[in-house]
Amino acid sequence: MSDLLAARSQMAVSLAFHIIFAVIGIAMPVLMVLAERRWQRTRDPVYLDLAKRWARGTAILFAVGAVSGTVLSFELGLLWPRFMELAGPLIGMPFSLEGFAFFMEAIFLGVYLYGWEKVSARAHLLAGVLVALSGAASGIFVVIANAWMNTPTGFTLANGSFSSIDPIAAMGTPAAFPQTLHMTLAAYAATGLGVAGIHAFMLLRNRTSAFHRAALTIGLLVGAPAAVLQPIAGDIAARSVARRQPVKLAAMEALYETRAGAPITIGPGIRIPYALSLLAFHDPHAVVQGLDAVPRDEWPNVPLVHGAFDVMVALGTYLALVGLWAGWLAWRKRDFTTRRRFLWALTIAAPSGFLALEAGWMVTELGRQPWIIVGVLKTADAVTPMPGLIVPFATITLLYCALGVIVAVLLYRQIVRSPQT
Amino acid sequence: MPSLPDTLAGVILAALTAYVLLGGADFGGGVWDLLASGPRRARQRDLIARAIGPVWEANHVWLILAIVLLFTCFPRAFATIAVGLHVPLTLMLIGIVLRGSAFVFQSYGGGGGRVFATASLVTPVLLGICVGAVASGTVWFGVRDGPFVTSFIRSWFTPFGFAVGIFTLSCFAFLAAVYLTLESKDAELQEDFRQRALAAGAAVFALAVLGLAVFPQAPPVNERVVALTAAAALAAFWSLWRRRYTRARIAAAAQVTLIVWGWGIAQHPYLLPPDLTIAGAAAPRVTLELALITVLAGAVVLFPSLYYLFKIFKRRSGLPVP
Repeated sequence: MSDLLAARSQMAVSLAFHIIFAVIGIAMPVLMVLAERRWQRTRDPVYLDLAKRWARGTAILFAVGAVSGTVLSFELGLLWPRFMELAGPLIGMPFSLEGFAFFMEAIFLGVYLYGWEKVSARAHLLAGVLVALSGAASGIFVVIANAWMNTPTGFTLANGSFSSIDPIAAMGTPAAFPQTLHMTLAAYAATGLGVAGIHAFMLLRNRTSAFHRAALTIGLLVGAPAAVLQPIAGDIAARSVARRQPVKLAAMEALYETRAGAPITIGPGIRIPYALSLLAFHDPHAVVQGLDAVPRDEWPNVPLVHGAFDVMVALGTYLALVGLWAGWLAWRKRDFTTRRRFLWALTIAAPSGFLALEAGWMVTELGRQPWIIVGVLKTADAVTPMPGLIVPFATITLLYCALGVIVAVLLYRQIVRSPQT
Repeated sequence: MPSLPDTLAGVILAALTAYVLLGGADFGGGVWDLLASGPRRARQRDLIARAIGPVWEANHVWLILAIVLLFTCFPRAFATIAVGLHVPLTLMLIGIVLRGSAFVFQSYGGGGGRVFATASLVTPVLLGICVGAVASGTVWFGVRDGPFVTSFIRSWFTPFGFAVGIFTLSCFAFLAAVYLTLESKDAELQEDFRQRALAAGAAVFALAVLGLAVFPQAPPVNERVVALTAAAALAAFWSLWRRRYTRARIAAAAQVTLIVWGWGIAQHPYLLPPDLTIAGAAAPRVTLELALITVLAGAVVLFPSLYYLFKIFKRRSGLPVP
């Protein structure tokens, strides 16, 4: 394994691991606040139990998210020093803002977790709301920095270095809005349906548990609307990529030749004529740039990017349909918890959201290659001169595997298991 | 008026100081968890866990803030450190991950107390080693062409580096023991941590002398700062001796603050001695201005929130809220 591949793999493992904890850290506080609010309104102890269990879960996941996020902030330099040297002054702004948002999140999570008996009910709920808001803000700031790597703005490039830099313009990079919208919805959809799905599975085994019914309902309340809106955000993101990163779009769709009226290719064999032109530019005859427009050494890994994209779209469509089904049942005032087929559909949705999320990140990160900053700096030129990078890669991978197993066991014990009554 | 780059270097050092005073004490708590002994061993561990629980994550963010500001405002320094100190920084990160996750696993019934304590012992040493490499100018070895050991091991694997590492650990343990005397109303527990604080304070003194002795060049220390540090150390010692714990806490925090700033003042105007100055490493002016505005705006929301957090959880201990 080359050092470049080891560095990329280490970054991929670190991001893939952190992202799960980060999105749960964004969305879980919303669920816990909703449960606490219902407890304050109804005084039904099931909701207090839920809020407390979810708070414990959030504590475990947030801690792992915080330390794995710290690892990433160092890894940016440990693995890509040349990138940080060049980009730091431009994308430091969203990272600094993220630092403060993260501070607020950590402070008010401390208040929320340990303050049940120490602050008033209203202050406690407000602390939860602040955790949810600052969590969403943290995520948005970090994704803005990533968006800048896709559509870099705010500088003049001469001889490999930047001049007349403008960090505000860098934050306003055109990919920022589509990416942050898509990612924030993904966080709510994956976490909300993840929670709903886990409790749907428990309900299939234990029909009558008021605890699991309440948990499922709140999970759906957050997850279903986000999943239904996500295809719209996906369309916005795809059209942005079509205009600004045509090579990434061509890799996503495995379009090797530039053509008008381009079809969509699903998997290896199926073609839908005109569909790509229609989706990417809302015009069936639009010309879509193929991979042939750039030299071969500037292509991303097409099979991987295309495969990941299809997986994301398929799972995202499934989640949106499950979300619509939930909306339909709610509208007809049907009891979710007695419909076995719906509960099974939700159970399958639980891992699907997170798989879609990981696949989506594979699309955007692998689709950017070989560039670390599109059109400016290649990933191969940004990597550290340190040799033997396979060692830290293997170490971090083993560490994260072990942590993942422990977290899963703890979460099951602390949250999912039915209350002993 | 200090220049804009100097101001931001000062902000970064202030964030690092806050990390040492707050986050450092959380690591020190882990050390005392490892060394818990005597008939009150379980109660000592319980007190440590209760003291750290609500605040350690907020305390940890100071390190992230320092790093983010470093790569925003002084990108070349960050890149050089990240190359030259790749090995100890990666080890430190593993320590940070293990300490944080083991602590939260332990809090939620997952075991891991031994991992938490061991990682609390190792991580500060690695942090100190990195600081030692920056201060003694060896971090540059990493960006020169040469064999692996010269570039990436000798940049930090030095007697001075280890002296600073152990010194950092003893400072953290000292702070934790002093703070812990105020976390409990129980006179026996207070006495336990008073004795530990006195021992750790003595270790801090001995290691400071040792560190200066093994510094590779003539140590560029500022006599006035050293005198002030010594005065704070004596005040902390005397207050502990007389069981004036609130006063001891203030003096100990002042002592460690002066140690950190003594380092900063000693190497000013260099960010990475012997070549890279603060001004030379600075990002373009517009970045520094925006970073300063961000910090000031952030401080407006951060400090009231921090005050609120510490007021809720540390009021009992009579802490002068930071």
